[in-house]
This record gives sequence, structure tokens and C-alpha cells, in this order.
Amino acid sequence: MTDYTPTEMMTIAAARALRNGDVCFVGIGMPSAAANLARLTHAPDIVLIYESGTLGTKPSVLPLSIGDGELCETALTTVSVPEMFRYWLQGGRITVGFLGGAQIDRFANLNTTVVGPYDKPKVRLPGGGGAPEIATACGEIFIIMAQSKRSFVDKLDFVTSLGHGEGGDHRERLGVKTKGPTRLMTDLCIFEPDPQSNEMIVTSIHSGVTRAQVTEATGWPVCFAHTVAETPAPTAQELEVLRELHARTARAHGNAA
Amino acid sequence: MSRVMSLEEAVEANVRDGDTVAMEGFTHLIPHAAGHEVIRQRRKRLTLVRMTPDLIYDQLVGMGCAAKMVFSWTGNPGVGSLHRVRDAVENGWPRPLALEEHSHAAMANAYEAGAAGLPCAVFRGYIGADLPKVNPNIKTISCPFTGQSLSAVPALRPDIAIIHAQRADRSGNVLIEGIIGVQKEAVLAAKRSIVTVEEIVDDFGQRSPNACILPSWTVTAIAEVPGGAFPSYAFGYYKRDNAFYTAWDAIARDRDSFAAWMKANVLEKGPEAFAAHSRKRAMAAE
Repeated sequence: MTDYTPTEMMTIAAARALRNGDVCFVGIGMPSAAANLARLTHAPDIVLIYESGTLGTKPSVLPLSIGDGELCETALTTVSVPEMFRYWLQGGRITVGFLGGAQIDRFANLNTTVVGPYDKPKVRLPGGGGAPEIATACGEIFIIMAQSKRSFVDKLDFVTSLGHGEGGDHRERLGVKTKGPTRLMTDLCIFEPDPQSNEMIVTSIHSGVTRAQVTEATGWPVCFAHTVAETPAPTAQELEVLRELHARTARAHGNAA
Repeated sequence: MSRVMSLEEAVEANVRDGDTVAMEGFTHLIPHAAGHEVIRQRRKRLTLVRMTPDLIYDQLVGMGCAAKMVFSWTGNPGVGSLHRVRDAVENGWPRPLALEEHSHAAMANAYEAGAAGLPCAVFRGYIGADLPKVNPNIKTISCPFTGQSLSAVPALRPDIAIIHAQRADRSGNVLIEGIIGVQKEAVLAAKRSIVTVEEIVDDFGQRSPNACILPSWTVTAIAEVPGGAFPSYAFGYYKRDNAFYTAWDAIARDRDSFAAWMKANVLEKGPEAFAAHSRKRAMAAE
């Protein structure tokens, strides 16, 4: 097997989680790479939607921004942003929302707003964008994030978007009928919610990674499922398609590959 | 009826100190030339409204034009932070910047409510999120028919909306194509509007019967500024200059390099400088 990076493993694990029939609301960055990798490999009919209004887009290179021309040129149709959020997202037409964040907690609540107090932040992050409503309106949520103690925290400074709240049936108590975060893909492992507590627990560890490494990179006392699988290593085809996608993207954006 | 005039005249006549200004364009068709003109005319104490404050508001904030920003996502897309906005928020330089923060769904709904003449927007949002705790303009309302709990935010009614579009015709109608964002809603919600266009044509010619058109009588001023969205893009004219967005990070990181760039490229230039971007990018695209 070819060598691969932890980030490639993470992106490929995330792509594998998407199904051919999904309608996926895609964020910029790693979610976009994963969603397009899925489309170019096992899920050719997946419908990709970006919040700029592009429905059923098939970009040949990854967009730098959420509204690159490539997304519009290759879309089935492009709608206004109010229509996107009202009819398509709030209307319940999306099966999977793909999110990332700066901080995550054990119940997969996400922070992309501030580090430190809101009024006097240590770091001012970009803010929620579409995430607060994506998190509750999509059928389920996949999250992709590189794992470290700084980002996988015991307590969030700010809840930008709801995961499983305080755990258990918290979503239901808030009147939310969608599943919330069902998978969290990192560069070390895959988390899924515990059926009772909805705490994110490790269900699969990437090839060559140890439990100790996972524990060390998590800011809460991480739990492992009864049976923990080993994430299959990337196939040669997955790696080739992903690397070609990144190379095309770098050329298109005027950077050296 | 809209009137065709120079960008200088349009800003002079329609943008006032203390105004609430919405410059919209969701990555696409961002009215950068108009933003530069507002900076050159030294407007002050503006409340800047925009779903995705990026380079255009980094420049206005860094030049001290703004007192407040209403937004739902702020950053240099795919690149990083807006250093001038962060400097204003974290250090009050060159002056303090108040923030009113929403989600995209809230902002989009609020523009639509403004265009629809409603006092507020109602939607299913912010469930389990912390923003309602820090933004008093986010309230809960219960549906009078079902009792469902929903979110409400005030309608956006800017004093002035500024957008960029592909074309206007001789009668002053405006055609917008591609990613249309919230531009139509922003113009219809605002008291006054300025639209910069790539070109003014005799007639729009062949178009879809459902084309996105702002009729002349909904627009205040039109200015022909080819390339006026650079480094954003105009679908059908020129591409987004992604390399410039990346380069902006280093320019804006430092107060002095930012000031030098603004002096050379904004204060000492006029709207006509944008035409070069349009021509160069168009040729590169061929």
C-alpha cells in the first residue's frame, strides 16, 4: 500500500460515510474535499449543495470560497440565498450536513465563534455562518476535524451549533427531530454517538494509530466502544482520485501543486 | 427611475455619514469598486451590514469608516481571519467596532422580510445555540396556530444597498446572473440603492423569462464600472482572483502594509482602475 497522510485518511474516511443517494449540504475546506471525493468514487449520484445557492453542483476543482464560479457553472440550478435557507435547508430536503469547527465537545456541539469570553474574546473566529441551522435541519450531521487537545475540549467557550447538547435526549427535549451528529471523522479515528448517552465514542481507529494517541489528543476522558474496528487504509484508487483533485485545485487557484 | 451617473456622484448623493449600508454579493459580484469609493469619500460611523464580511469590509473597517458591523460569517474565505476587522474588535484600531452577530439563515430571512415590508422575520433557527444569549435582537416567538416555538429577528431595512451586477440596459433595468445571493432582497429592502455594472447595453437580448431583474424603478443610481467586483468575480465576464485573496492575508496583517496598499490602490486611484482587472482577467480566461 502507498504511503498516505493522516489528513488524507481523515478525508477518505469522511468520503466513505456518504451514500450515493444522499443530498449533502457541504461546507468549505475538508467537508468539500470529502464530499467531492465521494462523488468521484463510490457515490456518483450524490447531490451536493453549497449554501451560496448551487444545487447539484459537480465542481472539477475544489472551491476556495463557498461561491466560486465553478460551483455555479456545474450546478443543475442556482437559487437565491434566502430560498436556499428557507426551502431547501429549513424545508427538510437535506439528508446530510457536513460541518467542521474550531472546537468540539464530547456531545459534538461545535464552536466556530470565539475562544474566550464573547465580549472580550481571546480569538475572534469567523462565526456560525450556516451552521446553527444546518445542525438542526439536516437529517443527520457528519463532522470532520483534525484531533488535538486544543480543539477537542472538555467545555466549549461558545456553542455555535447544537450537537447532542448535554447528551441523552436533549435534542428531542428542544423539539429537534433530526438525528444530529452521527459520525465524527478525525485524523486518528472515527467517533459515533453512544446509543444511550449520545456521547461521541470511538468506534474505529485508523490503521497504525494507538488508543493512547487517541486519548492523548482528546480533552475529555475519551470512551471506546465495546468493539473498536480498524479503519481500512485508503485504497490506491481513493488516494489517486483525492490527490488528482487537490492537484487540479492547486493549479486552478494559481498555486504550485 | 434609476439614473445613470458616475460612481463618484452616486456615492456622493446616496451614502451619508452614520448610514446603515448593505454591500451584498455572496462571494460573487462583490461591489469592491463602490467600497473603494466610499473609502475615498471618507464616510464615517457607518453601520455595515453584510452576510459574509470579507475583504471589502476589512478595507472599510481598517480605514475607519465603520462604527458597527452586522454579519453572520466573517473571514477571508478559505484563507483565514480578517486582520483589520480583528484589530478593530480586539484593539479598537483605528476605532472600536461594535458587532451584531446572526446566522446566515437569520440574515437571509431578515433581508427578505425587509423586502416584503414586514417588521420581522420568523424562521426555525438557533435551536440550542448560544447566539440568542449574546444578541438581544434574536427573540423567540410562538406560532399562533400550532404553538411551535420559532426564532424572530428584526427585518433589515438599510438606508442604502450597494451591489454589483453584470448589465444594465438603457432604461436603467438591472440584470443579475449566476450566484444571485441576497442582492435582490437587499435592494428591495433598502431606502436607496446603488448598482455598479460591468456594462450598459442597449437591450438585454435573449434571456430566460425568469431572469433575475431589478426594474429601473426599484434602483436609485447606476454606475458603469467594468471590473468593479475584482477580486471577486462577475459570472460571464471574469473569474475570481483567488491568488489575490490569498495575498491579502499578508497585506492586511500589518497596519503599515495595509495603509500603504490602501494609499496606492484606493486613495490615489479611481473607479476606472478596475477596468484593467476586467480586461486582464477576461483575456486570461480565453
